[in-house]
Amino acid sequence: MASLKELKDRIGSVKSTQKITKAKKMVAAAKLRRAQMAAEAARPYATEMAKVMGSLAGKVTVDENSPKLLAGTGKDQTHLIVVATSDRGLCGGFNANIVKAARVKAEALTNEGKTVLFYMVGRKGIPVIKRAYPDQIIKHYDTSVVKAPGFEEAKAIAADLTEMVEDGKFDVAHLFYSKFKSALVQEPTRQQIIPVAIEALEGAGSDAAVEYEPDEEEILTELLPRNLTTQVFGALLENNAGEQGASMTAMENATRNAGDLIDNLTIIYNRSRQAAITTELIEIIAGAEAL
Amino acid sequence: MANLHFELVTPEKLVRSDDVYMVVVPGTEGDFGVLAGHAPFMSTIRDAELSIYASEGAEAEIITVQGGFAEVNEKGLTVLAEAVS
Repeated sequence: MASLKELKDRIGSVKSTQKITKAKKMVAAAKLRRAQMAAEAARPYATEMAKVMGSLAGKVTVDENSPKLLAGTGKDQTHLIVVATSDRGLCGGFNANIVKAARVKAEALTNEGKTVLFYMVGRKGIPVIKRAYPDQIIKHYDTSVVKAPGFEEAKAIAADLTEMVEDGKFDVAHLFYSKFKSALVQEPTRQQIIPVAIEALEGAGSDAAVEYEPDEEEILTELLPRNLTTQVFGALLENNAGEQGASMTAMENATRNAGDLIDNLTIIYNRSRQAAITTELIEIIAGAEAL
Repeated sequence: MANLHFELVTPEKLVRSDDVYMVVVPGTEGDFGVLAGHAPFMSTIRDAELSIYASEGAEAEIITVQGGFAEVNEKGLTVLAEAVS
């Protein structure tokens, strides 16, 4: 059995760990509220955008001159997987789940004989992907320099992607991120972003003759990069909220575990202290009796 | 006459959602004023000032918008701008 001193030190160390996890939990809770509000505030724009995209895309005929963001490159060979993770750890399985979903998809694509490339957003996904697919990461977009990913970052990422698809570096792009359901549940989600996946909107066809200025195709060309930016932006926000939620839950658990550990250790400590006292007493009494 | 339902949305938030009299939108091919009951219309906008008239003859409220587009449908006018100031 460990000595009393050792036990005491151990309790002290667990206590200071608990302090850290508790602090981190409170920070995450405060950040979560803000991140959640940001994610919610961004929804009207995304909904409007999707609505407009849906009604426009139905009116434009797709041919080889159509923008690549809408029609794709006409091939289905090279797939780009955009993996959006967080920059910090201490958030449980949050990043691992995103990366896992991305790897499953990558494996499936590889087995079909497709080429898979990775575009990483955020720091935490890189080591895992690098180990599994050492030469397939084409770029890492660093978000660790800004406090919270904003529209500017989304714009830069979207511009990057647009440029690459124009150069024919890939044919199809998938975006992996975590959808924020609640502080407890984040769902790794895949979204096809290039070519754009148009959801069939019912009621969109009922529009009376809408006038366009300039014409449909020009508006669409203008709209597509914006739509991509919006999707990336939404993903970044969802991710941010999800990270804070996951972090809060993970730290809550850690704090509770530390508490349990402290309780157990304290019991052991008290027991050995009493045992030591008892032994001492027995020794004294035995000594007195011998006289 | 019924008022025009006007929404101004940016990626960060819903900036305005009001019933107003008229909005003058800086379209790419020229400014256009939207009153209630406007025909369905869609246009990209340029970086310029957007004027909101809360009621007939009222002083215009000016918002500078950047990049985006405007859509008029039976529900009203929606302006999606990348940034406002």
